[in-house]
Amino acid sequence: MSRIELIHIDKYFGDNHVLKDLNLTIEDGDFMTLLGPSGCGKTTTLRVISGLEKPQNGRLLIDGHEVINADTAYFEEPGKRGLNLVFQSYALWPHMTVYDNVAFGLKIRKLHHAEVEEQVMKSLTLMRIQELSKRYPNELSGGQQQRVAIARAIASNPKLLLLDEPLSNLDAKLRIDMRAELKRLHRDMGTTIIYVTHDQVEALTMSTRIALFKAGVLSQVDTPMALYMNPIDLTAADFIGNPRINFLHGTAHAESAGLSATCGLGTFAYKKSHLTGEEIPKGEFSCVFGIRPEQVLIETQPEEGLVEADVYASQPAGSETLVTLIAGKQELLSKQLGLIDYEMNQKVYLRLNPDKFNIYNKETGNLIKYAV
Amino acid sequence: MSRQGTRKPLSLKRLKNQFFNLVGNPFNMVVFISLVALVALIVLPLLQMLKETVTLSRSELRRVDGQVGDFTLYYWKYLLSSQMTGAVLWQPLSHSLVTGFFTALISVPLGSILAWMMVRSDLPHKKAISMLVIIPYMIPSWTKALSWLAIFRNQRSGALGLLAGMGVAVPDFVAYGPIAIVLVMTLHYYAFSYIMVSGSLRSVNSELEEMAEIQGANKRQILKSITLPLVLPAVLSATIMTLSKSIGSYGVAANLGNRIGYFTLATKMKEFINGTGNTGVGYAMSLLLILLASGTIIANQRMVGTRKSYETMGGKGTRHSPIPLGKAKTPLMGFIVLFLFVAMVIPMFVLVMESFQVTTGGGYGLNNLTLYNYIGVRDFANQNIHYPGIFRNPEFSKALWNTVKLTVVASILTAFSGQFLGYISSRGRGRWFGKVTEQLVFVPYLMPGVAFSAIYFAMFSQPHLGGLIPSLYGTFALIVLVSVVKHFPFASRAGTANMLQIGVELEEAADLAGASFWRRMRSIIIPLAKQGFISGFMLVFISIAKELDLIVILMTPNNRTLSYLAFTYSKDGMAQMADAISICVLLFILVCYRIANHFGADIGKSWG
Ligand SMILES: Nc1ncnc2c1ncn2[C@@H]1O[C@H](COP(=O)(O)OP(=O)(O)O)[C@@H](O)[C@H]1O
Ligand SMILES: [Mg+2]
Repeated sequence: MSRIELIHIDKYFGDNHVLKDLNLTIEDGDFMTLLGPSGCGKTTTLRVISGLEKPQNGRLLIDGHEVINADTAYFEEPGKRGLNLVFQSYALWPHMTVYDNVAFGLKIRKLHHAEVEEQVMKSLTLMRIQELSKRYPNELSGGQQQRVAIARAIASNPKLLLLDEPLSNLDAKLRIDMRAELKRLHRDMGTTIIYVTHDQVEALTMSTRIALFKAGVLSQVDTPMALYMNPIDLTAADFIGNPRINFLHGTAHAESAGLSATCGLGTFAYKKSHLTGEEIPKGEFSCVFGIRPEQVLIETQPEEGLVEADVYASQPAGSETLVTLIAGKQELLSKQLGLIDYEMNQKVYLRLNPDKFNIYNKETGNLIKYAV
Repeated sequence: MSRQGTRKPLSLKRLKNQFFNLVGNPFNMVVFISLVALVALIVLPLLQMLKETVTLSRSELRRVDGQVGDFTLYYWKYLLSSQMTGAVLWQPLSHSLVTGFFTALISVPLGSILAWMMVRSDLPHKKAISMLVIIPYMIPSWTKALSWLAIFRNQRSGALGLLAGMGVAVPDFVAYGPIAIVLVMTLHYYAFSYIMVSGSLRSVNSELEEMAEIQGANKRQILKSITLPLVLPAVLSATIMTLSKSIGSYGVAANLGNRIGYFTLATKMKEFINGTGNTGVGYAMSLLLILLASGTIIANQRMVGTRKSYETMGGKGTRHSPIPLGKAKTPLMGFIVLFLFVAMVIPMFVLVMESFQVTTGGGYGLNNLTLYNYIGVRDFANQNIHYPGIFRNPEFSKALWNTVKLTVVASILTAFSGQFLGYISSRGRGRWFGKVTEQLVFVPYLMPGVAFSAIYFAMFSQPHLGGLIPSLYGTFALIVLVSVVKHFPFASRAGTANMLQIGVELEEAADLAGASFWRRMRSIIIPLAKQGFISGFMLVFISIAKELDLIVILMTPNNRTLSYLAFTYSKDGMAQMADAISICVLLFILVCYRIANHFGADIGKSWG
């Protein structure tokens, strides 16, 4: 239960500038996910927060209490920050039993013997592994090790729990189970969680807020819904969503009422209230439409307002069907619920909601029109 | 946004915090202390010796004007450009180079062929044989020299050897001198090539060869254009190692050369340092020896690249299909049997037999066999025998006690320092202190044992820095110190490998749990490093137990070890007792080896 403020954090490894002027506030009780491709500095951010790395610039406040101040070279010891970290590798001590692994931190805090036992059993029970307490880490499966690692981290009731790609070593099914488990854990404990992943599905399904990283720079901080609906730039839009968002190239120009934009699907007019406030170039300029595949609905009969298209290929996958379409010489992916089979080259008609489109300035890559 | 190097506003608070960050972190202190220790134990003694070579000492006052402590080039001039230069420099140097060259010339092909047969061929009983093939290496090289003498000694030594006893006239040039030295060293240093080349062969995936076979190459072409080029770096490294080791070797050259005045750089240097008083010249020679030995190793590293010559090249578990030897199987098997016979059976046999003889060279008849050399009581009627059997000889029990004490104490300290230095190098990977530690720790490896003890002799034979560095000459502590520091390279390699297995995250997890540095050491690092510590300990133990070169300069009557006692007795013509002592040393080593194997130590990793 705590509020974390990262203020102008810079971290260098030698000449490698890994975190670039990072500013991020994590509210009390948030499930904040740091999302971004591999190598963008997520782990480094966690390690800075936990105290395992010292940034060259910036400050870190936990509940208003200064934990890092690079200007005065003040760095509070990791063990005193009231947080705990689950490593990607789990980092379970191989020479200690599950019980001893979980109890270690409590013993360091010189808790009474009975208290240690109570806390350990409590967190083992919470992770539903109480029967494993006598085993050694190498006698456990990956999923069990994962639970031990989390149990160890929560045993000391940290105010802040840091998780570094905790699910990346698990197989697909376990991963979905553990996601649910972690969501419950967050609710039951009420702890602030910072969760690192490169998997956008994990981020979207679990977080209350997502911080999107791009090469050491924070590009967007938003709720999962907002991030999904309105990625702030083309890179973010490309990264978020599976299947990928459709990018259609077109042109646009400012109008007194707002914006007019044209692509292979037609010409669309938008009110000022739909615009982001991002500066709009004078005259006609190149833009990119971002259209989510599930926003492209397919009808087999023509109707007023529908856009004609040809089926290029269709991929029925049980609960959903992905259809690649050609409309106005541009390729477009559509996601339909349920099992529907389309013929190749079949003529179909697309029902679109232009208000749900994102429009980006092609040159800057920035979002100029919200989806509403 | 400020760059990393940008100065922060200077404030008292910042300075104070920086100071406490630095000093309050025990890891920094540990690094600091170990760097200071490394400099004091390795760099300072070297500089001290260098200084001694240009400082006038009392014994030269008669010959040189000036006062004790004055700067002088007398010693260097004496060594490099006086009428003595031929005798004290060129001759020993050429002897060193010649014996080194021929040792490498024979032992590298020998070791490489053995390696190839053990790794790649379909020789029967490979597993058993590969155990046997390494045993000759376990026998200390000076013991082999004693065996050689037991066979070839002639009238010159007073006591006859086996052959002379049978009436064969053994000429001096066979019994002593370069041929003897080269052959005995070959039977020891073949092991470098064997270990390195077999490691390298093991890392060559046989699929590479099979691919060539599919392309239509025959066995000879495959060997020539695939296998050889791949193991060539290992062969080259082994050659350099052998060269450097044999140039710096003392025990063999002294046993087999000194009696006929055949001196190498190493043995001549020892004469100067312990003998005639002109120690400055001895130090200068020792520096030359270090330059020579380290020069070859460093040149090799430049050429071959990494420190592969030093590590055993641990092969990955690649697949191997043995290559059928066909008709060559029988002759090659014969070759191995012959090798084992010459390198292991005969030396052991003659050594054991001679230790039971009344008169050496008197044959193995029952009337010439006795237990006197082991348990005899001294007979005052017989003035020829100066000592009782070794088990009744207080010198022996003292030396035995010294040896056990030295090996136990020194190997515990070495293994401990090794793990410790390994911890620093592994945690300092890519940081300046990690690099400095690795470099410093590597330095003793570049120095031949006898030269290394020379620098310790220079450093500790009298107090320095106003008594801050005390005189340790003649103390047990000095022998321990030199044994520990000389084994730093090997021990810290083992320690680094061991520590690298312990993930940094295991420590960080404990750090987050609030464990202090010392608590992390106690609860995480030490328990996890225990296994590696024990096997590292056993390997150093063996190496120290058989050491002669390293301690010979520092020996005083009070702290003689078994190796040195055997060496002395042999020199004084008491061959049987020297043999009996070597057999005790050998038994000691074999027992240790068994125990080390039990703990999973790989003897191939212990150089010495
Ligand atoms: N200890 C380190 N030393 C040097 N560079 C590092 C270190 N840790 C991380 N880096 C570099 O910092 C960058 C970000 O790494 P990281 O935070 O691990 O990324 P992520 O967790 O997002 O995949 C990478 O380019 C990586 O090479
Ligand atoms: Mg990472």
